[in-house]
Amino acid sequence: MSDRILVATRKGLFTITRSGKRWSITQTNFLADNCSLVMHDPRDGTMFVALGHGHFGCKLHRSRDSGATWQECATPAYPQKPDDFEEKPNPTTGNVTPWNTELIWEIQGGGPDEPGVFWCGTIPGGLFRSDDEGDSWRFVRSLWDDPRRPQWFGGGYDYAGIHSVCVDPRDSAHLLVGVSCGGVWRSTDRGESWECDSKGLRAEYLPAEQAYDPITQDPHLLVRCRSAPDHLWVQHHNGIFRSIDDAKTWQEITDVKPSTFGFAVAVHPADPNTAWFVPAIKDEQRIPVDARVVVTRTRDGGETFEQLTNGLPQEHAYDLVFRHALDIDETGDTLAFGSTTGSLWVSQNQGDAWECVSTHLPPIYCVRFGKG
Amino acid sequence: MPHVRFTDNIQRHVECPPAQADGDTVRAVLDAYFAANVAARGYVLDDQGALRKHMVIFVDGRQITDRIGLTDSVPQDGLVEVIQALSGG
Repeated sequence: MSDRILVATRKGLFTITRSGKRWSITQTNFLADNCSLVMHDPRDGTMFVALGHGHFGCKLHRSRDSGATWQECATPAYPQKPDDFEEKPNPTTGNVTPWNTELIWEIQGGGPDEPGVFWCGTIPGGLFRSDDEGDSWRFVRSLWDDPRRPQWFGGGYDYAGIHSVCVDPRDSAHLLVGVSCGGVWRSTDRGESWECDSKGLRAEYLPAEQAYDPITQDPHLLVRCRSAPDHLWVQHHNGIFRSIDDAKTWQEITDVKPSTFGFAVAVHPADPNTAWFVPAIKDEQRIPVDARVVVTRTRDGGETFEQLTNGLPQEHAYDLVFRHALDIDETGDTLAFGSTTGSLWVSQNQGDAWECVSTHLPPIYCVRFGKG
Repeated sequence: MPHVRFTDNIQRHVECPPAQADGDTVRAVLDAYFAANVAARGYVLDDQGALRKHMVIFVDGRQITDRIGLTDSVPQDGLVEVIQALSGG
């Protein structure tokens, strides 16, 4: 069971440590700085934290000693835009996509046979790969130059972004990338070429003729089951979707109380039928349904769902949980999630009961279990 | 030779001591400065080399007008001040 939780917030990085059965804040880093993301690499313990300085841009820091010390490493940077390159305004928003790292939105380690390899997803939609633990980053030109990429558009943000990179544990060359809004993209050759051909994702927010266009989908988060890699879950803008064939086809799950809308999803590492979500009201009222914080859990692949409330506030609670703010540890027993209003909860029994660690942290963007 | 000075707030993240840097435009002066302080470049300029959205530069007390090309001229004894805007905080 993991004894440490890393919490990236609007005002710093917080380390939460378990002592006995209680969790408490034991360390702060980057206090007062905007930490948009934290990741812990289970292969060798390397940690990254992404900072979004309002004035000075995005930066990336790395720790190789379990967070005791941090050093700035290379920030993924877009290449020089060619003078003759015409970036047409997006047909949906009219925005011209900048060639700048506006937000570091995802960092994921490569496969177990790829030490030192990391993938980085950004807003406005660029994907980067590092082969040297973040000392340098290579822009994945094949995806950026794909003629379908200009159809991507922002969901919540002004520009599209890559928030999910799922490496197949059986084959490190096989990637799935989640784009909001741009669908689920597959590469089977380490990012040299791409396809976006999944069927079944549905965009209710578009005219019926385009509702099933794979490129207009808004997956909020894409997660893959570690022990059954063909099984994936998506918390989509439109609801909950499940795939059992490596994202080739998706089944929409609609009968979930109190809501199918949300941002976060976690899947049990050893049981692809068990997944958790943190619902909210869709679309324009992004608060919990009836102002009650609820986690929904399915144990049967989405046939049925339970509403988990033990230990969660059930009146006048306005906590929204962002896409990277729910995590599950390697055992599948311990979960943690944090909210926009600075609340953090941990469950050590798969969500049956929750312990509140804090209700007054800064707005929480990302929650990740760490080792050691 | 022009002088370059940076906001105190940037020093918390990356060391930017005041220095003299040669050049007759803001671009030339900053290129000269960042050639000797590579780590600071990305804190002031974006990926395309333009001034970051929430940064401002003054030359002898006057705000520059070309935030992309940085073609504003700098006198030989000029003072280039790089500070953060009130926006973006």
